[in-house]
This record gives sequence, structure tokens and C-alpha cells, in this order.
Amino acid sequence: MTTPFWLPNPYHLHILIMAGIFSILALSLNLLLGYTGLLSLGHAAFFGIGAYTSALLALKAGWPFVAGFVAAVVLAGGSGYAIGRLALRLRGAYFVLVTISFAGVASLVSVNWMELTNGPLGLPGIPAAEVAGFVFRTKRAVYYLVLAVAGLAYLVCRRLVRSRMGRAFVALRENEALAASVGVDGARHLGLATVISAGMAGGAGSLYAHYTRFVSPEVFLFSYTVTMVIMVVAGGKGTLAGPIVGAVIFTILPEALREATSWQWQMLLYGVLLILTLLFLPRGIVPALTAWRDRR
Amino acid sequence: MEAFLQHLLNGLLLGGTYALLGIGLTLIFGLMNVVNFAHGEFYTLGAYLTFAAASLLRVNFVLAIAVAILGGSLLGALCERVLLRPLRGESIDTTMLVMIGLWIATQNGELLAWGGVAKSIPHPFPTAPIVIGPVSVAPLRLFVLAAVLVLIAGSHVLIHRTRLGVAMRATFQDRETAALMGIDVGGIHTLTFAFGSGLAAAAGALLGPIFLVYPSMGDLAALKAFSVVILGGLGNFAGATLGGVILGIAEELGAGYVSSGYRDAVGFVIIILVLLVRPSGLFARAGRVG
Repeated sequence: MTTPFWLPNPYHLHILIMAGIFSILALSLNLLLGYTGLLSLGHAAFFGIGAYTSALLALKAGWPFVAGFVAAVVLAGGSGYAIGRLALRLRGAYFVLVTISFAGVASLVSVNWMELTNGPLGLPGIPAAEVAGFVFRTKRAVYYLVLAVAGLAYLVCRRLVRSRMGRAFVALRENEALAASVGVDGARHLGLATVISAGMAGGAGSLYAHYTRFVSPEVFLFSYTVTMVIMVVAGGKGTLAGPIVGAVIFTILPEALREATSWQWQMLLYGVLLILTLLFLPRGIVPALTAWRDRR
Repeated sequence: MEAFLQHLLNGLLLGGTYALLGIGLTLIFGLMNVVNFAHGEFYTLGAYLTFAAASLLRVNFVLAIAVAILGGSLLGALCERVLLRPLRGESIDTTMLVMIGLWIATQNGELLAWGGVAKSIPHPFPTAPIVIGPVSVAPLRLFVLAAVLVLIAGSHVLIHRTRLGVAMRATFQDRETAALMGIDVGGIHTLTFAFGSGLAAAAGALLGPIFLVYPSMGDLAALKAFSVVILGGLGNFAGATLGGVILGIAEELGAGYVSSGYRDAVGFVIIILVLLVRPSGLFARAGRVG
């Protein structure tokens, strides 16, 4: 909470802000991957849609940040609804491919629809976030904004997971036929999980746009999705703390490595780490730590 | 009309290589239940091996392509033994994520090894196009088309006319029963992965000299392969062959008549539409190899 006061270096503060934004993204992906078992590899699309919605409304329509943020959540959630409808009949590899394709189309639209998105040049000059007259212009202020939203996202996830609905998600993940036989409506629950997850990712996109003050088609990059997946899987999918632990580790680690190595080495290491985690720590860091503590 | 025929010919050529990619991916999925996100990396590998052999070691062009195919197969076999065999019986998500890890690691390894600058592969064919009636085609492209046809026909023979093919199809239909009949299922998995990777490497080796060779070239190729596999139905050999040609032609026509900016969107749209309308693929009977 007090970190911004004893951490004066703005670059370090920037890393913490990014860790916060990625925590929201990882929490949102975990809701799908960890609890319902649906792997979305198009999650960057919801992030990107949120970022562009918020940016365009602020730049072209002059909407205030709060309204833009809500619109970003709603629009990303709406596209999540469309994808969720597909989930009614598609599972496993098919669902993955639909989400990848969706992200691919979204990315191509952001590059080619010059009139709206300004194409590859992106949209500069997005105003800083402003809530009730307070402008989040400094990194320290943005840090608290991101922390608050991430905390809210965590609470939403916790509330959801511990509710009847969360138990329905897990039941569907473990055995869909059995869950249906005891009256769990699979279509409704999976659809809802996708909408909530996509909406959260859209909110993260809005925060990102108003923090960096610039969006370009890069927000749709597949490497964002991969980063989220690594965070969730390494941290521990299907746990509440896992995605946050993963997000913090995998935002700080590459930045720490950046001083020592090049970007390619980092990504290479990412890939190797993902493989090693799956081979040796298949359930992730948080469950492994919990098991270790329980044994002692 | 002439433009249409020209698009058709270009589409056929592109589609042939998509078919090679799709066949490998569909076999690996159908037989091993592995969603191979590293498939595009074997395509990239094939192109770089051809570049290394033809450009750096000055090996004969055709021989360089053969080297690339062999190298792709061997590396595919190695990956299967090291990464996939320990995970047999794990959920499809786990193996898929491992392949995603392999994809990221190899792509950035290639970036480190070769640098980001695109390379071109020298080839011995004359550059003046051959004119056949209303269409014209570069001799290199004709060679590629011929090689693709030979490889597809060879794969067909391997799967339908050899003992190995019988064993592969048996494993696809029922793994346990195949094992009871004395088929070495583990060995079949290794061979299938090697075979699929070899075909992907072949596609890269053949398209590399036409286009340019760069580390992320496999991403789009993998995507095309997935579109092809979905179009043809997972695990469907003939479907993948036809699906490849259809995608190639659809892309050429889309780029020619709609907008070249959205060329690569054709594959995405096909994936979404086919999955919405006919999730088991356009040519599905019951899913089977062949």
C-alpha cells in the first residue's frame, strides 16, 4: 500500500502498475481457464477492445474516464457474450481456435480500419484518468487507481468463486455431463463466466489506455495472451491468489532480466519456463506452496 | 477472366503448401490428441535449414530441401520423445500449453540465431515466367507445385498402402485395441509427430524460396494450418488436402477482389464460420484418418 512512498524510482513504479494491470488480466483469464476449464487464447482481444473503446470515446466523443471505463467493460463483455454463445457447443481445441480467430480478426480490423483506429499509427493523446475531479496524472496516483481496481477484481472473483455459481463452474469443468444431470445449466453458466471474464479484461484495457495515454494495434498482440496464460498456469490456475502471484512474478522477472539480457532471451526463457512449470510443477506455484506447507 | 484464372493458379499453389501443413497438423491431432501450436515452428525450421544448406553450404537446391525435410522430421521425433511422451495421459490443455511454450522458445531462439532480418533463399530456376495461354507462372512456382503434389501423393500412399499406415490408422481408431494387436503405440506416436513435422518443414522449404525467410513466418503458417484442419475436420487426411486448396484459392480471390489488407482474415473467418455451421468440418463422415 505504501510502496510508492519508499520506492521513488518512477521506472519501478511503472513496473508495479503494469503488474497491477496484468493481475486484473490474469484474474479474468483464471475465471475461465481455472474455474470453468475453458482456455481462451484470444484474451488480448478483450483487453484491446476495452483499450480502444475507452480511448476512442475519450478522444472522439469527449466522454469522461468513468463513463469510458464502464463502456469498455460493457463492450468487451458483450463480445465475450458472443464468444460465450459459441462455447455452448464448442469445447477444447475448437474453443481455443475460435478465441484465437476472434483475436486475429479484431487485430486486423484495428490495423485496417484507418478512419476509426488510425491504423498502425495508433491513437496518441488519450487524457489521463479522472474520477470526481481528481486527475490521475502522476504514476503514484495511477498506482493507487490500478491497485483499487485490481482489488475490486479480486473481490469480484472471490465472491463469484465461493458462490453457488462458482461451484457450478468447477462442476462443469470436472464433469459436464454429471453437472448437467444434477441440474447445472452449462450453457448459462459458461456464457456468464465468459462475459464476466471478458468484461474484466476490457476494464484492464481501459486502465492501460488511460495510463500509457496511447493505444495501437499492439494491444492485440498474441504475446499479451501468452503472458496471461503463463501467469495463470505458473501461479496456479483455479486458485484465487495464483494469478496475482503469477502476474507479479512474470511482470517483475522480465524487467529484472531486461538489464542483463535482450528481449529475445527473455521470451526464450518464458517458453522454457512454461514448459518446465508444466513438466515439474503442473499445478502451479501457489498449490505447490500450499501442499509444501501442509506437509510440514 | 484472365485475372480470375491467374488468381486460381496462384491459389492452387499456395493451397498445396497449406495442405502439406494441414495434413501434418491433422494427423498429429487425430492420432495423438495433441493440439500442436509449435507446428508453424517446423515450417520456419524447414525454411531456415534450406537457407543454411543452399545459401551457406552451397548444397544443390533439391538436396537442400531434402535436408530440411529430414531435419524437420528428426527434430519432430526428438520433441515428441522429450516433451510429449512424459505427458501421455495428461489433459489436452497441458500438452497444448507445452507446445505453446515450445513455440515461443524456438521462435525466439531462431530470432537469436539468425537475427530479425529476412533472408532469401537462392534457387537455380530462371526468373522469366512461363506463359501458358492466359496465365503466366514462374518456373520456381511450377517446381514447388510439382513437389507438393509428389509429397501429398507420397503421404497418401504411406497412410493407405503401407503396414506403417495401417498401424497409424489402427492407433487412430482405437489406441487400446491397437496396442493389444501388438502395435507399438509409443513408436507410432513418435513417427506420426516426425512425419507431420517433416511435412511442415517441407512446406517451409518450398515456400521459403518464393517468399522471404524470417523468424516469425511460422505464426501465420500455423494459423493457416489450423484453418485447414478445421475446414477439413480434425484428423481427416483427405479433408485437410481439400481444405488446403480451398483456403489457398479463397485467400487469393479475397486478396484479389476484396482487399489485400484482409487477406489473412480469410482464414480466421473460415474458422469461425465452419465452427458455427459445421463444427466437424466440411467433409466429415465419422472422424477418421483417410
